[in-house]
Amino acid sequence: MTATAGTTPTTPAPASTPGANKVGASTVDPADVARFSAIAAEWWDPTGKFRPLHRLNPLRLTYIRDAVCQRLGRDPLAPSPLNGLRVVDIGCGGGLLSEPFARMGASVVGVDASEKNIKTAATHAAESGATVDYRATTAESLAASGERFDVVLAMEVIEHVADVNLFVQSCADLLAPGGVLFLATLNRTPKSFAMAIVGAEYVLRWLPRGTHNWRQFLRPSELTAAVRAHGLNMRHLTGVTYNPLTDEFKLNARDLGVNYMGWAERV
Amino acid sequence: MAESGNPTANTPPSPTADGGDLAAEVVILGGGLAGLSMAAALATAGVPVVCIDQDSPDRQADDGFDIRTTAIAYASMKVLEGAGVWKHMVDKAGPMLDIRIADQFSPLFVHYDHTELAVDGQHRPFGWILDNKDMRRALFARVAELPGLIHLAPAKATAITRNRSGASVKLADGRVVRAKLVIGADGRKSLAREGAGIKVRRWSYDQSAIICTIHHSEPNKGIAVEHFMPNGPFAVLPMTENRCSIIWSEKRSLVQTYLDLPDDQFIEELSRRSGGYLGEITLATRREAWPLSVLLAERFIAERLALIGEAAHAIHPIAGQGLNLGLRDVAALAEVIVDAHRLGLDVGGPEVLARFQRWRRFDTVLLAAVCDGLVHLFSNNIPPIRLARDLGMGLVNRLPPVKRFFMKHAMGIVGDLPRMIRGQPL
Repeated sequence: MTATAGTTPTTPAPASTPGANKVGASTVDPADVARFSAIAAEWWDPTGKFRPLHRLNPLRLTYIRDAVCQRLGRDPLAPSPLNGLRVVDIGCGGGLLSEPFARMGASVVGVDASEKNIKTAATHAAESGATVDYRATTAESLAASGERFDVVLAMEVIEHVADVNLFVQSCADLLAPGGVLFLATLNRTPKSFAMAIVGAEYVLRWLPRGTHNWRQFLRPSELTAAVRAHGLNMRHLTGVTYNPLTDEFKLNARDLGVNYMGWAERV
Repeated sequence: MAESGNPTANTPPSPTADGGDLAAEVVILGGGLAGLSMAAALATAGVPVVCIDQDSPDRQADDGFDIRTTAIAYASMKVLEGAGVWKHMVDKAGPMLDIRIADQFSPLFVHYDHTELAVDGQHRPFGWILDNKDMRRALFARVAELPGLIHLAPAKATAITRNRSGASVKLADGRVVRAKLVIGADGRKSLAREGAGIKVRRWSYDQSAIICTIHHSEPNKGIAVEHFMPNGPFAVLPMTENRCSIIWSEKRSLVQTYLDLPDDQFIEELSRRSGGYLGEITLATRREAWPLSVLLAERFIAERLALIGEAAHAIHPIAGQGLNLGLRDVAALAEVIVDAHRLGLDVGGPEVLARFQRWRRFDTVLLAAVCDGLVHLFSNNIPPIRLARDLGMGLVNRLPPVKRFFMKHAMGIVGDLPRMIRGQPL
């Protein structure tokens, strides 16, 4: 079955992995593969409906890679800068972050609550030859299983969770000693309402209506407080701004009014 | 930390072989000057690459294989330095210190002296002239130093397959090379370009270039001379070992006559045109004629394909920019590929290729148009036009900022420069 080729875990998972649902069991239906391959093509089409994520991807990959390398004393320009690091990508979707991190040398576990997303991501990894361990599960279940990671990615996901406190606790629990947690989300400001809800969902139609609930957006102060409550310290925060004229995202340390991201580690 | 003790940590990745088939990030069709420079730049930056060439290195390094010479502008030298190639050719390259451009035998001429301009804090040559053969040898020497570069030569590509998730090239011996990106560096009759259905615009001039290399008794002092004659430009370019390269553009109907002249009469014609500053002249190579024509691909990219060098563009050699344009392609394409590769992104993805095309196509079309304009401006004898160009040359000489701009342009250090041209690591 070709769909299983790219999903072999690089490190053996502990025996007790509740909720771990490995795709690539030998009973995969070929019709399923075709269906997920088509969905994967949508996720990975840089001009398609996930275009904003593709435009954002080089910027956030660079930000995370450079911060990890700086924190853990690695050379970001080396051929496989993240070689041997364990990375978990929470809310991995189609694998837009998981695959690049795997190619940078990391052992990546991609986690998504949606079985459909996991099958889609695994199908694409098989096609592209990337090695990612995709699992249909949640941060909470993974943390409860006792697995630990050097890098925990929670990019553009906290604004979708029902219980922020529990989610941050799970992220903190997933950190190995010396590990780094990356968070990206949207600020709760009038500007973010105008841009992320009215602009992105209604005017530009970048995202389906109802993708975001503005009330669930977090202010940077709230995010900082949430991580501190679980023994972590927010070490860096930066705004991410979009310039519609150049169609580019840029880091902007002074404007955290809409998109922002940062990283935290244990105090 | 979870260093898993992998012994291969931080050794550059290499192309992998599986039962004769090969896999790499990038496969390059064509191992000429542009193709192998591209391969060396990528492998130097740790991107695994396979380069396919139909001619064997031994044949290409032979004295008689290619008697042409190449002008390496200052910017191109930077690219070759970054790719680790320059150190193998610097001893063979004659520096161009002084450029004299004259309109026929008019007393007015533009004189560019390298001491009028400081680059990176010092006076640098405008460029260098060397035998193609010596540049090929330098490239082969570099290939031998790079474990991440597999040079398949002689090998013939018979089919190219490209789709959403990858590309592969089938060889005549049945082997297959798989990669994320195909680079077409396979010249004017590019299989890569034709296979992708990319159309080209072509036009030709009623001119051919007569080329040869000469020995001369007096030192050339690094002086390059370009005379604009009614039938086309005549250039004498300084090389090492008391040699100069001759590029003599001539009306097509007259070319055969000059090729057939006995050596002493041909040398007589050369001496008359070059102005006698070189002393006794003898021929160091045979004479050849190359028709001058221009080719410009409508697009430089397609799905998982990028074109560089003459597969994408061939311009009039009037300004000596042919390979320099190719090496600018190399610098720009290497930069977008390496940036993507370092982030674990798909090096053959549409965003990467679009960035390359945005960067290069405007520059290329502009230069092709400028060279075309120069040819038409200078290859005629209509008095008002002649007066205008003489006045123009006089003005350039009298306006130092304008002159410095043209000098920088000749060196290739104008515009949005790739990191390699700025002398930075990839």
